[in-house]
Amino acid sequence: MSGLPFYRRERGEHPPALTPGYKSSVLRAPFRPLVSPEQTELDMTGPTFGHGMLGPLDNDLIRNASQGGEALGERIIVHGRVLDENARPIPNALIEAWQANAGGRYAHTNDGYLAPLDPNFSGCGRTMSDGDGYYRFRTIRPGPYPWPNNGSDWRPAHIHLSIFGEAFSQRLITQLYFEGDPLIPLCPIVNTIPDPDVIERLVARLDFKNQMPFDSLAYRFDIVLRGRRQTYFENREEGA
Amino acid sequence: MTREPQKDGRLKETPSQTAGPYVHIGTAPQSIGREPLPNQPGPVAYDGADSITIEGVIYDGAGEPVRDAMVEFWGADAQGRTGEHGLFGRATSDFKTGEFRFQTVKPGQMKEGLAPRIDFLIFARGINLHLHTRIYFQEDQALVEADPELRRVAPKSRATLIAQRIDGGAKAAYRFDVNLQGENETVFFDV
Ligand SMILES: [Fe+3]
Repeated sequence: MSGLPFYRRERGEHPPALTPGYKSSVLRAPFRPLVSPEQTELDMTGPTFGHGMLGPLDNDLIRNASQGGEALGERIIVHGRVLDENARPIPNALIEAWQANAGGRYAHTNDGYLAPLDPNFSGCGRTMSDGDGYYRFRTIRPGPYPWPNNGSDWRPAHIHLSIFGEAFSQRLITQLYFEGDPLIPLCPIVNTIPDPDVIERLVARLDFKNQMPFDSLAYRFDIVLRGRRQTYFENREEGA
Repeated sequence: MTREPQKDGRLKETPSQTAGPYVHIGTAPQSIGREPLPNQPGPVAYDGADSITIEGVIYDGAGEPVRDAMVEFWGADAQGRTGEHGLFGRATSDFKTGEFRFQTVKPGQMKEGLAPRIDFLIFARGINLHLHTRIYFQEDQALVEADPELRRVAPKSRATLIAQRIDGGAKAAYRFDVNLQGENETVFFDV
């Protein structure tokens, strides 16, 4: 039922745990090497979600926290496909998104940035991929914000994304950045990823032709989750 | 961005980034005083009379509680069945004490030789790629020691994976503290 095991996670394609340029990692990074056991049924299955769980406005952050008006800011569509490493679409992938408002302020009790809250924006939404792995949500482009790290560092505009595929092994939380943002190369969190080509994969591209005319610009962002090995033979070879 | 297959036909996994200090907005709105979204997973995965509670604190390398973590758990049901029978949920660290707490079922054995366990993921500011550990149970000590999956883990480290019973009542409660680094560092997995 659950099928073949997943390819090992290529750790070089992710930020290492200890990244001193991002100070919060220093006391939160394990020292010891990770243990790599065989994958069991528990790793190869996971919680699954259905489109029925979503509310009608979950994928519209411009309106889903409305107090009578719409959220302020540049209106954008974020869309793309959820694929696995074998380039197969992943249907019913749950994507949870959270972000700052257009001024760079989070609607969170612990955020004290001086930019004002937007009463019509909570910065929380959800969407789910369809049978072709396609997903879409509408929001406003978040503002950059300062944070204490090396003095006042600035985050580039970003949307946090949490993704569930079909198995717990595919679980992923990441951040989406926007093409052309000059703050991307200056950000210590972006730069936890040492390889600029890998960073590029977190940059959503302006998708001008898929705009909603006179309403919203579009950005394209495809998501790739781990894929299953193609044959059991290959599994044994790699696992040896 | 748009993905094209690599030479070997495989795409590269999207890289991880830290969940950050405001992970609650998107994953656990109830922890910041908002309504959870419909059917959003929370800290109670099972509420039967035979439910168990697991609580703990995640400590950083300075011994300070991590107060802004979001944790996820995934385990088999009481009969050891996964997939659609599995139990999933989420909890957050208390902003003041760092305590997390969740309620689920004591999982059964998935198969002969494997000790019952719950998979446990930790997301937080300063954690660039979520940490994956496992919660085993004190009463299953013998099964844990015989589990081939844990062969390569030294006994002292193996002890970091075992939740300790903290009550004698009918409803079982367990303590599972996590140390992110140092002398008593918890074992983390690359599964
Ligand atoms: Fe952020």
